[in-house]
Amino acid sequence: MISIALKMLFRDTGKYFGIILGVALASMVIVWQGSIFVGLMSRTFAVITDIAQPDIWVMDSKVQFIDDAKPLQDTALSRVRGVEGVAWAMPLYKGNTRARQEDGTIVNCNLFGIDDATLIGGPSRMVDGRLEDLWRADGVIVDRVGAESRLARFDPETKTSIPLKVGDTLELNDRRAVVVGITETTRSFQSQPTIYTTYSRAVQFVPRERKMLTYIIAKAAEGVDVPKLAETIEDRSGLAVYSGREFSWKTVMYFVQNTGIPINFGIAVALGFIIGTIITGFMFYSFTVDNLRYFGTLKAMGTSNGKLMVMILVQAVVIALIGFGLGSGLAAYMGFNARNSPLAFRLLWQTLFLAGCAVAVISALSAMLSLIKVIRLEPAIVFKG
Amino acid sequence: MSTATFATPAASLAPSADVVVRCKAVTKTYGKGDSAVRALRGVDLTVNKGEMLMLVGPSGCGKTTLISVVAGVLDRDGGECSVLGKDYAQMNQAQKAAFRAVNIGFVFQAFNLIPTLTIAENVAVPLLINGVSRSQALARAKEVLTLVGLGDRTKDEPRKLSGGQQQRVAISRAIVHKPKLLVCDEPTSALDHATGQKVIELLRGVAAGEDLTLLVVTHDSRIFEFADRIAEMDDGHIVRTIEGQGLRRASHIAENPLGK
Repeated sequence: MISIALKMLFRDTGKYFGIILGVALASMVIVWQGSIFVGLMSRTFAVITDIAQPDIWVMDSKVQFIDDAKPLQDTALSRVRGVEGVAWAMPLYKGNTRARQEDGTIVNCNLFGIDDATLIGGPSRMVDGRLEDLWRADGVIVDRVGAESRLARFDPETKTSIPLKVGDTLELNDRRAVVVGITETTRSFQSQPTIYTTYSRAVQFVPRERKMLTYIIAKAAEGVDVPKLAETIEDRSGLAVYSGREFSWKTVMYFVQNTGIPINFGIAVALGFIIGTIITGFMFYSFTVDNLRYFGTLKAMGTSNGKLMVMILVQAVVIALIGFGLGSGLAAYMGFNARNSPLAFRLLWQTLFLAGCAVAVISALSAMLSLIKVIRLEPAIVFKG
Repeated sequence: MSTATFATPAASLAPSADVVVRCKAVTKTYGKGDSAVRALRGVDLTVNKGEMLMLVGPSGCGKTTLISVVAGVLDRDGGECSVLGKDYAQMNQAQKAAFRAVNIGFVFQAFNLIPTLTIAENVAVPLLINGVSRSQALARAKEVLTLVGLGDRTKDEPRKLSGGQQQRVAISRAIVHKPKLLVCDEPTSALDHATGQKVIELLRGVAAGEDLTLLVVTHDSRIFEFADRIAEMDDGHIVRTIEGQGLRRASHIAENPLGK
């Protein structure tokens, strides 16, 4: 009977494609919007992802997210270093600066200052130059996307954009900065260029404040329990201490709770779900109604309600699988093709799982409508002309 | 009215060892209150094993309701009705479905062939319902289609066949699982005269070969001569049955129902 159910479905080409289209559309919208939402949220903690060495991030207890830097006293670094179990603790400056280019253009940039001696916290994926080149005078490293876009220089003669390259200079807070390297970083939420330099140089690239230290990044000694160490640092310093993962979540939750992003994306996902449900439900129901005479015939000939339910459920499952496969596959393909664009697309298995659940609900609702119709069907209708 | 040729309804209820359908005082009403329609008002009917009984009468007289009750696809309101010794009233829906699957074959006025299945697949459906494997069901379906002269069309879709051919497929589907009772609803009304004759001859032929009992609802007086008995209905009753010599003259029923 399952083969009959499948043939009834597959060979009714028009309706079959209509139903599949509905499910695929819903799947695509849900996966696409969901992945862009995840991508955007991932960008909010891109810095934390890129600085992978530390186990622990130490900061002012009022910090709500990565860009909400609240300066610490320089002595905080010594206090953290003094805690037993800390292998190393390094200063990290994170702030904003304005870069003036040779042609006078001013661009807002993220600025990172990393430990002068060890360069811990520096970028790991160098496209051009070396991290150690930061020890050269006035040296800065710029992220590739920033160098190719916002910091690129427009050449009026050739009417082309010339990317910032190693050897070029910038002016940061009236101080000269020389590009010594180009690095690949995860795109940030604000899409501003990112500049890395040493800590001591970074604090000169921004207006001087009484406290300049924004974060302390630390590593636990081998064999030391990281959560326990974090607790100890917290107790002794009175500062907030998070693992990289915790700080990332704290940042994401700040954006979720304090911006309209989740609502906007939620609406788009909900629309995809509703439209998908309506299209699929209508088409599947219409498919069932068109076949009601034949379901009635099968029922009259002795097919039990149980078998008819199985037939309709098999049809619904097949539709869900094919539609979901096509829709999510298309979204993944589009996302893959856009991997080098500014589009924030990050496909997680959790997104696929949730989209799969949504499609299962869509198909179940559609199947339920059809099931009610078929179960209530009086087989005697087959004798009515 | 001749008593020699027109038996009374009561006479058809005579006890028989080979009775397939036995209905007594069957009633069925659709709707409630002022809009209620009493489709069956105490029908007595007996169909004997191996016979072809035609149920005739004007539109709305209750023929379709009666065969629906006999086929177990519609619940009666009152009276008694047993098919092959079983009373549907004693069965739940699943048991009724299982009983129909094994014992009853259906031929419909509009054929009701599933358009998305091939002819062989359509014919195999009752076997699949009864749990026969797909390959065995298709093999048996092809055998039966060969019997009705469609052995070379097994992979065609129903829409590619003429009306007569489609009805032959429907008959094949009705008999493929060797049921004991065949319920046919206007099997020739969608066909021209010659095709209708061939279809009813085919039905008679397969019925004789398989020892089938046929209950046929029809308006088509041209096929009355093929019946063993004719039961004429009007206003929810069987008003008379005709058998034997009377069948040759029964074609006047269609033109002059109830002898008016």
